[in-house]
Amino acid sequence: MLDRPRPRPSGIFELDDQQLIERVAPRRPDAVWAFIERFDPDRALERLVELDVSAVCRHSSHYPERVRQLTDAPRVVFCTGRADRFAELAARPAATLVGTRKPTPYGSEVALALGRGLTAAGITVVSGLALGIDALVHRGALERGAEPIAVLARGPEVAYPARHHGLYRRIREAGVVISELPPGTPPFRWCFPARNRIMAALGAITVVVEAADPSGTLITAEFAQQLGRTVGAVPGPITSRVASGANQLLHDGAATIRCTEDILDEMFGVGQGPDGKPRATEPPPALTLEPRLRAVLDGVERGETAGQIAGRTKMSPGAVRAALGELELEGLIVPGAVGWYQRAVSG
Amino acid sequence: MLARVATFAIEGVDSREVTVEVDIRPGLPVFTVVGLPDAAVREARERVRAAILNSGFEFPQQRLTANLAPAHVRKAGPRFDLALAVALLAASGQLPSDAVDSCAVCGELSLGGELRPVHGAVAVAAGAKAAGFTRLIVPFENASEAALVEGINVLGAPNLESLGDLLTGRWTPPPPTPAPARSRKSVPIPDLADVRGQGDARRALEIAAAGGHNLLMIGPPGVGKTMLARRLPGILPPPSFAESLEITRVHSVAGLSNGNLVDERPFRAPHHTISSSGLVGGGPTPRPGEITLAHRGVLFLDEFPEFSRYAIEALRQPLEEGYVKVSRGQRTLTFPAATMLVAACNNCPCGRSVIDCHCTAADLLRYRRRLSAPLVDRIDLVCHLDASPHLSHAGEPPESTASVRARVLAARELQRRRFEGLEVLSNAGMDARLTAAHVKLGGAARRRLRLGVEQAALSARGHDRVLRLARTIADLEGSARVQTAHVEEALGYKMTSPLAVAA
Repeated sequence: MLDRPRPRPSGIFELDDQQLIERVAPRRPDAVWAFIERFDPDRALERLVELDVSAVCRHSSHYPERVRQLTDAPRVVFCTGRADRFAELAARPAATLVGTRKPTPYGSEVALALGRGLTAAGITVVSGLALGIDALVHRGALERGAEPIAVLARGPEVAYPARHHGLYRRIREAGVVISELPPGTPPFRWCFPARNRIMAALGAITVVVEAADPSGTLITAEFAQQLGRTVGAVPGPITSRVASGANQLLHDGAATIRCTEDILDEMFGVGQGPDGKPRATEPPPALTLEPRLRAVLDGVERGETAGQIAGRTKMSPGAVRAALGELELEGLIVPGAVGWYQRAVSG
Repeated sequence: MLARVATFAIEGVDSREVTVEVDIRPGLPVFTVVGLPDAAVREARERVRAAILNSGFEFPQQRLTANLAPAHVRKAGPRFDLALAVALLAASGQLPSDAVDSCAVCGELSLGGELRPVHGAVAVAAGAKAAGFTRLIVPFENASEAALVEGINVLGAPNLESLGDLLTGRWTPPPPTPAPARSRKSVPIPDLADVRGQGDARRALEIAAAGGHNLLMIGPPGVGKTMLARRLPGILPPPSFAESLEITRVHSVAGLSNGNLVDERPFRAPHHTISSSGLVGGGPTPRPGEITLAHRGVLFLDEFPEFSRYAIEALRQPLEEGYVKVSRGQRTLTFPAATMLVAACNNCPCGRSVIDCHCTAADLLRYRRRLSAPLVDRIDLVCHLDASPHLSHAGEPPESTASVRARVLAARELQRRRFEGLEVLSNAGMDARLTAAHVKLGGAARRRLRLGVEQAALSARGHDRVLRLARTIADLEGSARVQTAHVEEALGYKMTSPLAVAA
């Protein structure tokens, strides 16, 4: 029912309990009734306290306005820590960044850079803790001291995927982890697209860093579009399958995102900052490199090997190697493939 | 009557003395061999009987008992034939026992009485000399190889009859000439001039050769990694006589020798499906592994991530120490294994060039992780090969092996002087203490190194490795001091780790 953004059966929430159960679980009405009988609100509340999770009902003043804008907004949002803290974080300017679970080194580097850049600009980073782009975006953000928001497709008290328990802990400490599902709910398949709509709602813009077509990431972009939020995408090589989703979005009119500045331009206007005043942008560091370093950097950008760079530039192979070391020191290249480098992305 | 003759069995790459005793007494004719003989040794009875009869001697029709001492060690192979025959002849009074006492013998017998060559002649000669024998009698074809060992009188006999004459003084064979090296003309040495382009790999190969550093070549399949690796022995300094003897001994024991002195550095390229015992040695009768066959030469591991983890793990100790210890029962054999390692792998699992690669970051990390830790730790240099070399080096003719070797030899000479009196042969062999002592940096170079080490989060071992490389690069330039430029280049060859994808 929640798999894709399409019109919901209207009036579903106006049904009384009996009718609702008949519609939703026609084959096991008794199990549902039994669950309802067993449910002990006091015990449930105690449990929340034990887990340091707060339940924010949609009538609460702490419920984020942006999430309320969803046509099927969650009745309750569960967040780690205190509700007022969540409300505060959710009220700040935020951008949602999502992408494939299997990024290329290029996509990984971009995700890290955007996470860092947005945080440095004071923008809250929203993502899903998933493998690949989601985790990298948050890692980059945390490097710069972010207070990020992670939205899970299971109860918020535990990391999913389990592999990211370290990242989960750091996000929980620095920012907040939320979910529309109560603690203890396992991640059913339908929980993922459901979670995506909340992510799309929280950010003023949803940026797709790297995605194939079709992919779960594109669902988040669809939700954002439905909500009238800006959708951005980072271009990728046209020969790359994992860039085809992002490229398609661009083709269909999404904003081109090449750097943090592009995201800020979309959110606040060209050159404008969150406070309405022009951004204090440092001029991009004048990349005046010695010709030999420039030549080697060009080679790395083109995907050449050391031997090819030496051949093309007539530098000695030893000098090419020395130049690589210097470029790495300057932060212009980072390790990419096995034993080789790729161009670093500045935030 | 009892007679004893000394012979030698091969253990590892050394030989071990075996005393063959033969006892003859009246009784029903029977010929028993004891002392844990294997099937070939048991069959020796037939060969010995026929050889003796066909050489004009008598075969005693009595109760014959032969013992190969020490009795608790397994004896294998036909190399004991000659000693059995000589002991038998001495015990039956057909050969003078005092003549037999002072010499060692070794060889296989044909039914007609000819002496057939055995493996490991050099090892046998070395063992006999160490045991204090002044004379060693071997089959004629083994004589020149055995004569490579100085300090023992080697005599080669073609058959049992002439050996009898030798021992009774009726015939003296001419002293064998020590085995000459194989004629160069017969096997052309691969030349670097055959390789076009690949400037990065050629430079790395030169540095590796100059300092004895281990090298990893990275590139798509089919670009010439094996071709380049094969040219490495050509630019290494020629082996000294002592090294040649070691190489010859190993080849001889492994049955690869053809009687010549092997004075070229070996090049071994095992397939990646090899087992760990194939790689480092072992088996029920321990045989040398590929790393031992590559002793004083080059061991090339192509498709390096495809090797089994056990095989690679087994290489850890020999690469560290330069020898392999194999245990069998209570015995421990030591095989030499001082070799240079060249490994090769692809850029990534898909095997395409960097720009065409569609691997995900996770694929790359996983591939990188398959470069097993024990070996990656030992890699001093990384280099990349291009997929289309003809595009990257138009015009200039490639440098020849001779030209590159001249520079390598000059650098090696500097190291020879540097390490005079020490066990170390090349810069790569320096330990932490020697590295600190011999690679002193000026202020600027030291600062640059520190920055590079911090940036790459290198361990102390990685830091020292860069220092040793820088020392070799400086040696190649003939520079007594290690300059900043040398350090910069050395830093450029380190093994990088791709982005960790997991949180």
